[in-house]
Amino acid sequence: MKRIRVIPVLLLKGDGLVKSVAFKNHKYVGDPINAVKIFNEKEVDELSLIDITASREGRKPNMKKIREIASEAFMPVSYGGGITQVDEVQEILFAGIEKVIVNKSAVQNPNLISDIAEKFGSQSIMVSIDVKKNIWGKYRVYTDGATKDTGLHPVQFAKDCVQKGAGEILLTSIVHDGTYKGFDLEITHAVASAISVPLVACGGAGSLTDFFNAVKEGNASAVAAGSMFVFQRPHNAVLISYPSQEALIRQLYSTL
Amino acid sequence: MVVILDYGIGNVYSIYNMLKKIGVEAEVSSDAGKVKRAAKIILPGVGHFSYCMQQLKKASFFYELEEKILGNKTPVLGVCVGCQMLMERSEEGNEKGLGWIKGEVIRFKENELVPGQKIPHMGWSDVQPATGCNLYRDIENPRFYFVHSYHLSCTDASEVTATCLYGYPFPASVATDNIMGVQFHPEKSHRFGMKLYENFARLY
Repeated sequence: MKRIRVIPVLLLKGDGLVKSVAFKNHKYVGDPINAVKIFNEKEVDELSLIDITASREGRKPNMKKIREIASEAFMPVSYGGGITQVDEVQEILFAGIEKVIVNKSAVQNPNLISDIAEKFGSQSIMVSIDVKKNIWGKYRVYTDGATKDTGLHPVQFAKDCVQKGAGEILLTSIVHDGTYKGFDLEITHAVASAISVPLVACGGAGSLTDFFNAVKEGNASAVAAGSMFVFQRPHNAVLISYPSQEALIRQLYSTL
Repeated sequence: MVVILDYGIGNVYSIYNMLKKIGVEAEVSSDAGKVKRAAKIILPGVGHFSYCMQQLKKASFFYELEEKILGNKTPVLGVCVGCQMLMERSEEGNEKGLGWIKGEVIRFKENELVPGQKIPHMGWSDVQPATGCNLYRDIENPRFYFVHSYHLSCTDASEVTATCLYGYPFPASVATDNIMGVQFHPEKSHRFGMKLYENFARLY
């Protein structure tokens, strides 16, 4: 039986958690500590926590919040948002966070990836890449909450990040985000097949079948989702959930 | 008192947090006196093998540690690279290991992995404990969180206390007398890790 990691992604905005559709229309979903406690009880594989406004507002990581969250989390947690320096990484890892995620910094200062990898090992550094097609239909890497086209191609950029020492790539489809229509398998497959490290597919998950497809057709090593774990359809009422171990074994792991 | 060794290497507070959660008295320390008085010791480790060894040997408590483990036979649990350091050597760097357990640490054999399996081995895996190992007592269907590119290769197979499958079976944990090591991260493994730490604290 093949276990793959199924990772809830929590978006931090100020002191609260939010969830978006296509990186817009953020809806408040609750208090982060409360969410982490619920995810503990549900025995989730791993959590990703991303402060979505830190970089844009030029803020540093909110260490107080990070410490609070880390002390409640008995699963691996990755944190991203506002990281620009190795010192900050040290503080975050020592607080009990497993790995850090860089997004905009990876574009602006790719050497930060190698600095982090050299000091703390590749397993501590994940690069998050947000992608969508530009107006000419070409996949491009976007930053600043999907507002800025960097001109970089996701496959080449992912390869460069891995070469610098990234231990994992978190690839998010901006257009699929929050839509429940499944992952963007085309770009997932293209990036996952080009890199030697695990790719975590994100954006669009609505069911365990989507996870299956991300692995089987997209070549992903792990899957991540936001809306699926914080909303209840059809009306998107806030409800934190996670598939049971039995459901994961029966409907996902044993089918892979 | 369980002392979690602090020698400047990563994430020791997640172990402390979990011990606190399960009501085990613990302290993170780099103080030789405290190491000397410890009832039990946890040796964490993350990152590069040689770097961890260098840092450990530089620690002010290093002499007391060897004395405690080899002389007084105080129970010690190595975690992740802390487990790897119990061995004689590693393919990751030139620094010698502690050599408390016979064998070495080798990189995952890429040609024996299943296509699509990548290095590092990262994520949750089921482990098969050997019969009678108290660390796993009362843990049903144990699974743990792993992150590693290198794994143990033990000279004496009877010292392997659990195996895990990633492409091929490798040792998930080892033990000889009072010296124990786990390749995975109990502190990141929910109730499975809580029970394992509780067993370490109460049964040894």
